[in-house]
Amino acid sequence: MTVDIRLTVNGAPVHAAVDAAVLLVDLLREHLGLTGTHVGCETGHCGACTVELDGRAVKACTVLAVQAEGASVTTIEGLGDPDALDPVQAAFREHHGLQCGFCTPGMVMAARELLRRHPAPSDEDIRRGLDGNLCRCTGYHNIVAAVRAAAADLGRDGQGP
Amino acid sequence: MTGLRYHRPDSLTAAAELFAAGDDPRYLAGGQTLVPVLRLRLDAPSDLIDLAGIDGLVGISGDRREIVVGAMTPHGIVANDALVREHIPALAGLAGAIGDPQVRNRGTIGGSLANSDPAADWPAAVLGLGATVHTDRRAIAADDFFTGLFETALETGEIIARIVFPVPRRAGYARVPAPASGFPLAAVFAAETAGGPRLAVTGAGPCVFRLTEWEEALSGGFDAGRLAGLALAADGLNHDHHASAAYRAHLVAVMARRAVAGAAPS
Ligand SMILES: Cc1cc2nc3c(=O)[nH]c(=O)nc-3n(C[C@H](O)[C@H](O)[C@H](O)COP(=O)(O)OP(=O)(O)OC[C@H]3O[C@@H](n4cnc5c(N)ncnc54)[C@H](O)[C@@H]3O)c2cc1C
Ligand code: FES
Ligand code: FES
Repeated sequence: MTVDIRLTVNGAPVHAAVDAAVLLVDLLREHLGLTGTHVGCETGHCGACTVELDGRAVKACTVLAVQAEGASVTTIEGLGDPDALDPVQAAFREHHGLQCGFCTPGMVMAARELLRRHPAPSDEDIRRGLDGNLCRCTGYHNIVAAVRAAAADLGRDGQGP
Repeated sequence: MTGLRYHRPDSLTAAAELFAAGDDPRYLAGGQTLVPVLRLRLDAPSDLIDLAGIDGLVGISGDRREIVVGAMTPHGIVANDALVREHIPALAGLAGAIGDPQVRNRGTIGGSLANSDPAADWPAAVLGLGATVHTDRRAIAADDFFTGLFETALETGEIIARIVFPVPRRAGYARVPAPASGFPLAAVFAAETAGGPRLAVTGAGPCVFRLTEWEEALSGGFDAGRLAGLALAADGLNHDHHASAAYRAHLVAVMARRAVAGAAPS
């Protein structure tokens, strides 16, 4: 069954006709060409597909596109661009919080949510906040350092993620 | 193109009617279990009936006597709710220990109870506090709700609407997560309730169960010391590549003592 859905993606209105079984992550990647959101496991475990749905981090492989009807979605493409990185993206680059980069879009989206909840997070808060995101490369140490630095940076500016 | 049909009714009655009319329908809540299950082709329903469009299923209300949680309330909302944290802090702690932040933003208490996964966290609180599960047609006591592995007392098409938790004198929850999945290998919810002490175990058996003999040991005083020396037989407990039945039996005893010792007053 094809369903007509309307939602907002990175601030722009989207109108799509999708099969009821299509995942939100496939709507983003295949239909809208937003391939910054990655697919690792497709079963809710790795967090590579994390996006914001109405301001809350979700794994886009565990949400059907039809469930996003009327919602506002933010993907990694909705943050900064290479010339003007978002503060969390900038901190990942500065602190070498990535190696292959596969997990990074999901890590950044999850980090934004944890920084909204804990503007001055402890390392324990950071690790708990990234519980749903797996990284095969870094050993997490520099990811934690990047999030810690992003928190300090955002705190100085007085702006939230 | 699949034949899957999607519906988003705006009332419990409309949802139940759609269910009755479907060939092989399923309700859809947070999708944190069902969507991966569909993706893995472990299930292929004809219709998905999304409960997200029904008013009144999300939210928490209550007072010093009872806390009412709507079936579609995500775990993360319960974990951070001021009323829950004040009156039943162990319930907020349990909700905040489920899965990870993304799962807690989507997964719901109703979905978890209907699913009755042998290692799910919510069933421990529902049975441990002697809560009542209210559906679109009746009220079911926790002691009658969980009937087996992925089995509940829900009839075909019955919808969980809300859960009513009586506020205990104190309650605690202790769990040992499986390293990869984060689901508990074994966990115990302990509560000193108006009706006496209650201990509910999840992760160790086919579904949540009470330790009635251990509860008797606590009837003289809600003190972990009274559980010293009590052991659970490993027969019939879950065993898999994470943990043997004997290890789970051991963990249940340790978690029971921790849950009682850590019980916070309401
Ligand atoms: C990575 C990951 C980690 C997890 N870790 C944990 C954990 O540590 N502990 C834990 O307890 N759980 C864990 N879960 C499971 C999670 O809590 C699920 O959210 C929950 O089990 C199902 O809730 P849902 O709202 O997502 O339901 P859905 O997936 O939408 O539905 C599940 C089932 O319940 C039925 N259903 C849903 N709502 C109702 C209702 N109101 N009335 C009747 N039937 C209904 C559906 O038809 C379906 O059969 C984890 C899940 C993931 C993906
Ligand atoms: S791809 Fe969604 S959690 Fe792994
Ligand atoms: S940088 Fe390679 S998976 Fe994280």
